[in-house]
Amino acid sequence: MTTNSQHIYDILKGVPDPEIPVLNVLDLGIVRHVEFNDEKLEVTITPTYSGCPAMNVIEQSIREKLISEGFQNLEIKTILSPAWTTDWLTEEGKQKLLKYGIAPPVKSSSSKSTLFADDRVVPCPQCASENTSLVSEFGSTPCKSLYKCKDCLEPFDYFKCH
Amino acid sequence: MKENLLLDYLLQLGDNALVLGQRLAEWCGHGPILEQDMAITNISLDLFGQTRNIFQYAAKVEGEGRTEDDLAFLRDAIHFKNILLVELPNGDFGRTIVKQFLYDAFNFLNYTALLESTDKQLAAIAEKSLKEVTYHLRFSSEWMIRLGDGTDVSHQKMQTALNDLWMYTGELFEMSKTEKELLKTGVAVDLEKLKPAWNKKVKEICEEATLKIPEDTWMQTGGKTGVHTENLGFLLADMQYLQRAYPGQEW
Repeated sequence: MTTNSQHIYDILKGVPDPEIPVLNVLDLGIVRHVEFNDEKLEVTITPTYSGCPAMNVIEQSIREKLISEGFQNLEIKTILSPAWTTDWLTEEGKQKLLKYGIAPPVKSSSSKSTLFADDRVVPCPQCASENTSLVSEFGSTPCKSLYKCKDCLEPFDYFKCH
Repeated sequence: MKENLLLDYLLQLGDNALVLGQRLAEWCGHGPILEQDMAITNISLDLFGQTRNIFQYAAKVEGEGRTEDDLAFLRDAIHFKNILLVELPNGDFGRTIVKQFLYDAFNFLNYTALLESTDKQLAAIAEKSLKEVTYHLRFSSEWMIRLGDGTDVSHQKMQTALNDLWMYTGELFEMSKTEKELLKTGVAVDLEKLKPAWNKKVKEICEEATLKIPEDTWMQTGGKTGVHTENLGFLLADMQYLQRAYPGQEW
């Protein structure tokens, strides 16, 4: 059965995130399990954020994709625990984000220009300058914060560490 | 109707998130600056997401065919179990922040305690929500300090809001009959135990914000048993309008 699961994973690589279409659902790390229960295919996913409006679309896209590949007997389950973390974003996914103009999550922190947010050095995805600052912890989607680059003066999205 | 304690508890939790989320959504397009408009509505979205997780579970626990949408859009005010604090009008941005901070500080502790709930699904919802609520508390704490320790006018507005809202904070720690029962089986949180940590957080932030914490006075109560202020009815009329006017309407 393992070869079959691998086949499913390969198919799922073709399901993009609707908000950030350069990432597929595997890059995002939201597919937790794929298994066959008797004849039924069970795919377990977990939401990035509770209120992420993309989740319903993602579930639908996974369903449509798998059905189009001939897997009619299918159940998509959603689990909340363990809660999704950006650690599950693949290295390949992070590179894709950067190329797309979104700064991938950064772990280490340094200076203290905001009151509580541990202010990380987030390099600008356009010019790679480290002279950037946080504009708002809440950006255009729940998973992103808004930064600006003080060298090339471009605003940019940061996929926040979560 | 048979009393369903878990359902009642889930509605208490979910209604707090839903009603506060709806209030924050009123800021959409009206925030003082674009970034804070987005921040407030992002928090609103998180709260709606948490509501969905809780209501989906509640609908399953009830098992009578009602859906998450039915629970949100087809109940009247007397059947809502949220505390009064979250249904109060936003007022100005400062007042919205004070209300949010007082609630976030509680919400953070409540979800932290719920991680230990003997109800596994509730613990999973708490684990998911806590990551988001951590952002909320940081956001409202920062603005408490910026505006409290800001100009004379912003300070005055924040202090007035804190004085006015204080009488609604007693209900945060009031145990309903349902909570007392569910505490015995380790499902619900012992709210009394959260109070010292909440007091500490509020004191810490208010001191930095140069705001004076009001003396404990007579505390408002009633939300958990469905006795609400007049504000909730107006909020629901707005939120539920579409489903009431066009029952069963979908996107």
